[in-house]
Amino acid sequence: MRAFTYERAASVESAAKSAAANDKAKFIAGGTNLLDLMKLEIETPTHLIDVNGLGLDTIEPTSDGRLRIGAMVRNTDLASNETVRRDYGLLSRALVAGASGQLRNKATTAGNLLQRTRCPYFYDTNQPCNKRQPGSGCSALGGFSRQHAVLGSSEACIATYPGDMAIAMRALDAVVETVKPEGATRSIPIAEFHRLPGDTPQIETALEAGEIITAVTLPAPIGGQHIYRKVRDRASYAFALVSVAAVIQPDGSGRVAVGGVAHKPWRVEAAEAELPKGAKAAASILLADARPTDQNRFKVDLVERTLGAVLREARG
Amino acid sequence: MSYSSQVSFTINGESRVLDVDNRTTLLDALREHLHLTGTKKGCDHGQCGACTVIIDGRRVNSCLTLAVMHEGDAITTIEGLGKPGDLHPMQAAFVKHDGFQCGYCTPGQICSSVAVLEEIKANIPSHVTADLTAATTVTEVEIRERMSGNLCRCGAYSNIVEAIVEAAGTRA
Amino acid sequence: MQFDTPATTNPIDQLTIVGQSIPRIDGELKTTGKAIYAYEWDEENIAYGHPVGSAIAKGRITSMDVSAARNADGVLAVVTTLDVGKREKGKQNTANLFGGDEVQHYHQAIAVVVAETFEQARAAAALVKVDYAEEKGVFDLSEAMKTAVKPKDAGGAPPDTAVGDFDAAFETAPVSLEETYTTPDQSHSMMEPHASLATWDGDELTLWTSSQMIDWWRTDLATTLGIDKEKIHLKSPYIGGGFGGKLFLRADAVLAAFAAKAVKRPVKVALPRPFLVNNTTHRPATIQRIRIGAERDGTITAIAHESWSGDQPDGQLETAVMQTRLLYAGKNRMTAMRLAELHLPEGNAMRAPGEAPGLMALEIAIDEMAEKLGLDPVEFRILNDTQVDPEKPERPFSHRDLVGCLKRGAEQFGWSTRGKPGTRREGDWLIGTGVAAALRNNLLVPSAARVRLDQDGVVTVETDMTDIGTGSYTIIAQTAAEMMGLPMDRVKVRLGDSRFPVSAGSGGQFGANCSTSGVYAACVKLREAVIQTLGFNASEVVFENGTVRSGTRSVPLAGVAGPDGLSAEDTIEWAELSDSHQQSTFGAHFVEVGVDIATGESRVRRMLAVCASGRILNPITARSQVIGAMTMGVGLALSEELAVDTRRGFFVNHDLASYEVPVHADIPHQEVIFMDETDPISSPMKAKGIGELGLCGVSAAIANAIHNATGVRLRHYPMTLDKLLGGLPALS
Repeated sequence: MRAFTYERAASVESAAKSAAANDKAKFIAGGTNLLDLMKLEIETPTHLIDVNGLGLDTIEPTSDGRLRIGAMVRNTDLASNETVRRDYGLLSRALVAGASGQLRNKATTAGNLLQRTRCPYFYDTNQPCNKRQPGSGCSALGGFSRQHAVLGSSEACIATYPGDMAIAMRALDAVVETVKPEGATRSIPIAEFHRLPGDTPQIETALEAGEIITAVTLPAPIGGQHIYRKVRDRASYAFALVSVAAVIQPDGSGRVAVGGVAHKPWRVEAAEAELPKGAKAAASILLADARPTDQNRFKVDLVERTLGAVLREARG
Repeated sequence: MSYSSQVSFTINGESRVLDVDNRTTLLDALREHLHLTGTKKGCDHGQCGACTVIIDGRRVNSCLTLAVMHEGDAITTIEGLGKPGDLHPMQAAFVKHDGFQCGYCTPGQICSSVAVLEEIKANIPSHVTADLTAATTVTEVEIRERMSGNLCRCGAYSNIVEAIVEAAGTRA
Repeated sequence: MQFDTPATTNPIDQLTIVGQSIPRIDGELKTTGKAIYAYEWDEENIAYGHPVGSAIAKGRITSMDVSAARNADGVLAVVTTLDVGKREKGKQNTANLFGGDEVQHYHQAIAVVVAETFEQARAAAALVKVDYAEEKGVFDLSEAMKTAVKPKDAGGAPPDTAVGDFDAAFETAPVSLEETYTTPDQSHSMMEPHASLATWDGDELTLWTSSQMIDWWRTDLATTLGIDKEKIHLKSPYIGGGFGGKLFLRADAVLAAFAAKAVKRPVKVALPRPFLVNNTTHRPATIQRIRIGAERDGTITAIAHESWSGDQPDGQLETAVMQTRLLYAGKNRMTAMRLAELHLPEGNAMRAPGEAPGLMALEIAIDEMAEKLGLDPVEFRILNDTQVDPEKPERPFSHRDLVGCLKRGAEQFGWSTRGKPGTRREGDWLIGTGVAAALRNNLLVPSAARVRLDQDGVVTVETDMTDIGTGSYTIIAQTAAEMMGLPMDRVKVRLGDSRFPVSAGSGGQFGANCSTSGVYAACVKLREAVIQTLGFNASEVVFENGTVRSGTRSVPLAGVAGPDGLSAEDTIEWAELSDSHQQSTFGAHFVEVGVDIATGESRVRRMLAVCASGRILNPITARSQVIGAMTMGVGLALSEELAVDTRRGFFVNHDLASYEVPVHADIPHQEVIFMDETDPISSPMKAKGIGELGLCGVSAAIANAIHNATGVRLRHYPMTLDKLLGGLPALS
């Protein structure tokens, strides 16, 4: 870990300004991913801006029926929130499927959105990785790729986004609210927040330099059955091989986002139109462009089967 | 700005002021600066839970948080729960049920266990909670899921769950 | 003491303390954080060492630029592998730990950076620049097996054995099986990383470390440093798990010693977790071919087991066929092992080396064979039991109750209700049960101890035995208490120090039986010394309740010794009993699994182990050994695999997030039954090993249960969902 200076930000504006003034600065919230990566010198900020004290830690309904979640709300608090449990059960389920109790107590809403891939080559600084060191090559292509992306990958990168929370948020059409260093605010639909790798896998989100996440808002509740199914090798404390986040209505229509398969939460609205016909029909559209490796070909089948199980559970 | 900072917090009820390298994790502050070596470094990357401590009532991995970020916090480590001859009920239950072997994950398991029972009492849901809108309860399945962030390679899990169930009972 | 005739009645047989369920005497220290591990010892003025590992798998270092590291904040010294030059290698090590320009495997230690603080040392370690001349290596066992050779030795046994005419018998057998099974490279992944604190006083080194085998480490460290063994004082009173990964000297000790010498201060070095897998040792992968032929009634007439594994040049086999030489009858048999040269990190012992991966394969094959024969797998095993070494029928087992384990387990588990494969379902779970036999040999290693009776009647035991979680402290105290007629609180045990007599150490499940036998031997001498001091008639003396009694005379043990105390030291040594008798431990594992019909996720629902391993010295600690091993067996069955990058030659998933060991949620309540038995041919304690037996067969029982649940037969570990999906029913 390289040496860095440290400041506790006094306001969102000052935090954003401070970040904009130093291109080697990083915000730190829970720190559960950033410090892990800093120890390995995958992240090498020279200045940390602690954004924990900015009061962004409340969950409040908006006057138009949405729910506004502060960027610094801890995963535990978000999963435990009564409104979330009642109206956005999918989100609560996704959160408690992730990490461990200890990590959820620290990890924040904004930080979770920004967590970086678990590709083991990204994690080993001796290995080429376009995400870590643009232009060095992708070691996972032709290497150990069991957990890697089957959709939306590129020749430059086949890493996945590893989180659970964002998969549920994608199904719920969440919106990420930000403030830019000059003070302008943005509302970024979650569909546009995470990027596919393309030729620039090092750029993972739509955030600009110094831009700070202040909240995530969820549209008004849509009812339906909320199911988050995470498939993994061990029973807990493991990243998803595949996860399915679904909201299924009594008439069989619904929404589905899939995790563990791409560089971002994967949702194809056209596939959702097929949900009433069953998992096979929906999965064939959802996975139409799948380009698996020999080691992760199983994910294609697994998504369809998991979706089938989710739909059956929704039918009761 | 400086690469080091002063931070003050209370550890096991005692106020401490430290000058630390900004890079110093809470775990290393405990072990290397305060010589509270009961908190263990198993992986230093949030993957094992051996470094679990309780901060303001919540369990966290002390390896993935900077000491400097804990100004004013109240931190409880294994040394704050009980001592030889004066064990916390959870520590006594671990001894009785042989909820450990090599002992290295043990302080983390115990800190986690104590916090898990509080989490259930506080109605925080888990992955195995069947009904998100009902009150959470102490069951073996709940304990196993909630304790899954604490690895034990000696494989004392079955005994640890028995210890926690007993401690949960005696606590009430 | 020479143990050369079977044990008769001795003071241990009183079982007032030995054999009792006594909680660990180190339990309060471990649960309060007061047990001190290697990295935690306090010394004045400690500096921190951080290792640098090779970035390539094979080749030479052409140059190292340490200027940036040396000039970094707080750095006191950088000691490189080129600085120290090629060293004589320790006897127990295959690959070099440190020294010289040759790179033999990924993350091999090539430098240690020493600084005032941990943070400074870690940051500076990243500044070391290295140029390599990379060489092509061989990293793929399935390719390398084609050029594998028959090694001279298979851990003291011949690599090949043959009895009768296997080929002819197999050819003519009415029912036969031929299958290939694979087990992957596996990691010990103990919770405490390898760590050492070194401090020099002139030419004398004190090293706090985390070692299973004090004397092996001390000897090999002396060799590597090029100093006299007597100049090294090694201490390892608490060890945060080993499982074989701390049997042999490791790089942390060597780096700490060189670093401390360089900066003339105490230096401590812990291996960072992401470094552990490739820097240290692992259990090598195996490819195993098994052929079995039987009569229609189930009598095995031919059995063959061949295994291929790889290791560094001059390395060792994973001896995966050993149990097949002993476990089942069969007139015609052969075993063979071949060793391939690989340039992955060093392969070496991990819990139950040989038997663990061997039984992972054999006990699936036996299940498959039972299915072909239409026999219940418990019955099939009982039918082919043997009471003699099947390769040397003149050599009986000292005591063998595999049949008892199988019968008792079947009854307890409710085996008779087992259905046909793929027929039991609860909701989305396909449910199945499986069984496997367990065998692990009982190894005997000399072990010494010193016991001292003080003026107050307290006995202190000193031996360099280690407690890696096994319960050594407790069972040694029990042994001394029983022998001297004292309550537990009048016995103190000091372990893990090279100034104490050399013990068996912790490995090969020989630690408990051998080290307590050493303490037994020393206590026999101490009893003699007490009797002599009191002038009693030796034949009538009883040690009980803190007194020594002879006829009507009874004297408290307190006060027998003068201010200097009474001391005795002895070594248990093993004579030919292990030649005339095969000594092994036996067990049966019963498992119930559920397999998710949609996703193929397998979860273990019930586990039972029945163990026959001589006298159980302490049912609490012995049971913990078994449940711990069962837990490891779940990992080996379902999730543990070091993924090899065959292009770059390293284990890719080198941390605890990506190498998935079982978590709480993977493990149900576990049940253990010990058969009530003793083995007087094993030792004066009449005990045998238990710590590795618990792992033997577990994973195969899980594989067999998965087959029973789904009808899918898997032969390649770990049995992850991707291997199952294709065989699961289509979902409507």
